[in-house]
Amino acid sequence: MFEALREFNTMSHDTTAAHATHEDHDDHGLGHIVSYGTLFGIGFALLLMTIVTVAVRYVDAGELNMPIALGIAGVKATLVALYFMHLRWDRPFNALVLVGSIAFVVLLMIFVLMDTAQYAPQVFEGNAPKVQEVLTVEAPGAPIADQSQLP
Amino acid sequence: MTSIQANPSDHADDQGHDDHGHGHDPNLAHHFESMEQQMDSGKLGMWLFLATEVLFFGGLFVAYAVLRARNPEVFSYASQYLDTIMGGINTCVLILSSLTMALAVRFAQQGRKGLLVLCLWLTMGGAVGFLVIKYFEYSHKIHDHLVWGGTFYEPVDESQKLLLETPEEALDTPLVTGPREANAAEARDIAMSQIVNRPEEAASSVKTAALGPAGLSAGPAAAEAAIEETESDGHSGAGHLADPEMPVGTHLFFGIYFCMTGLHGIHVVIGMGVIGWLIWRSQRGDFGPKYNTPVDLGGLYWHIVDLIWIFLFPLFYLIH
Repeated sequence: MFEALREFNTMSHDTTAAHATHEDHDDHGLGHIVSYGTLFGIGFALLLMTIVTVAVRYVDAGELNMPIALGIAGVKATLVALYFMHLRWDRPFNALVLVGSIAFVVLLMIFVLMDTAQYAPQVFEGNAPKVQEVLTVEAPGAPIADQSQLP
Repeated sequence: MTSIQANPSDHADDQGHDDHGHGHDPNLAHHFESMEQQMDSGKLGMWLFLATEVLFFGGLFVAYAVLRARNPEVFSYASQYLDTIMGGINTCVLILSSLTMALAVRFAQQGRKGLLVLCLWLTMGGAVGFLVIKYFEYSHKIHDHLVWGGTFYEPVDESQKLLLETPEEALDTPLVTGPREANAAEARDIAMSQIVNRPEEAASSVKTAALGPAGLSAGPAAAEAAIEETESDGHSGAGHLADPEMPVGTHLFFGIYFCMTGLHGIHVVIGMGVIGWLIWRSQRGDFGPKYNTPVDLGGLYWHIVDLIWIFLFPLFYLIH
C-alpha cells in the first residue's frame, strides 16, 4: 500500500535517485522552472486587468458593476494561482486543496446568507433603544434612527 | 526541517554533491526517501496551511456579505471615503511584488544567488511600499474619526463639536458645502432636530447668544472655521457627522474595513518577516537547484497574501 502512496506522492520523473541527472537543461534540480516569458506575461496581464477594473468602476454599468469587478478579480486570482503559485505544473492534489477550501467558504456563505434572509422580516432598521439614548446625548452628530418600526 | 551536520570535507559545496559520509544530500531529512519527495511533502503541507488562511479570511468575507446585503446604502455611501487610486496603486504594488517573488523562486532554482537576493529585496520593498500607502490611508481615516464603533460618532475636535451643535441660522455659510448645498435646508432641519433632542444644551446655547456679540460670534465663528478646512477630496471640514445623507449604521462599514484590511496588513508584516529570513538564508548560500524549498514555500505564502488583496480591493474600493 505504501508503494502506491509513494507513487502518488512524487512528481513525474526522478523518484528515487538523490542526485538528479543533468540532461534536462534547466530541470536538473527540483521540478519545473517557469520561463521568463510566462512570468512577465502573467505579471503584465495582472497589471492590465487592475487598470481595467479601476477604469470600469468609473463607468456606470448599474447592477453589473460588482459582478464585473469580482469576475475580473477571479480571473486575476486564477492566474496567480496557476502560474505564480505553480499549480499548473504541480500535482493536482495541491490544486484540489485550494479549490476545496474555496468551496467550503462558498458553502458557508450560502448558508449564512440564507439564514440572514430568513430572519430579515424580524429585524427593524435603526439603532436599538438603549443605543439610541446614548447616541442622542453623547454624539451630537449621529443620525437618529426611525423607530416607528418597533414591534 | 532538519539539516544534517556531518563532518565537513574539503570540496563540499552548499548544494550537496558531497554526501558528507551519509550517502545523501545534507538537506535531506532522514524520514524522506528523496529530495523530490521532501519537496512535494513540503509543498502539500504548505497548501494545507494556505487552505486554513483561505478559511480564515473566508469567514470575514462572509461577514462582509451579510453586512452589505443588509445595509447596501451604508456601503454605497461610505465608499466615497476610500481612495480608489491609492487602492489601485497598492494592488499594482502587490502584483509586482508577487512577480519579483516568482522570479526569486526561479533564480533559486537556477542557483543564481545574487539575483535571488535582489528579487527578495525587491519583494520586501513592495511589502514596505504597500504598508506605507496603508499608513497614509489609515492615519487619514483615524484623524477624521472614520473608524469602528463609538468613536465614529464623536466629533473630531472642539471646533467640529461646536459646528455640530450650532443651529444652521447662526452660521453665514451652510452646514455642508460642496455638491450637497442643495440639501442645505435638509441639513438645517437635522441640525434643528438635534437641538430639539437635547433641551439643556439648546438652553445653554440660547444663553450664550443672549450674552451679546462676543458670546454670539464665538460659537459660529469657531464653527465656521471648521467649515473652512475643506479637504482636497471634497469633504467639508464639518466631517461625516454633519452630512445629512449619511445613513444609519455607517460605522459598520469602517468596522469591517479596518478588520479585513488590518488583518491583511498583519499578514503582510508576517510576510516581511518570512522574506527577511529568506534573504538571510539566501545570502548565506543555503539555496540552489538541489534545495530551494523554503523560497518556494515562502513564495506561496506571499502569493496568497496578494490573492486575498486582489479580492479585498474590489469589495472595498470599487463600490459604485
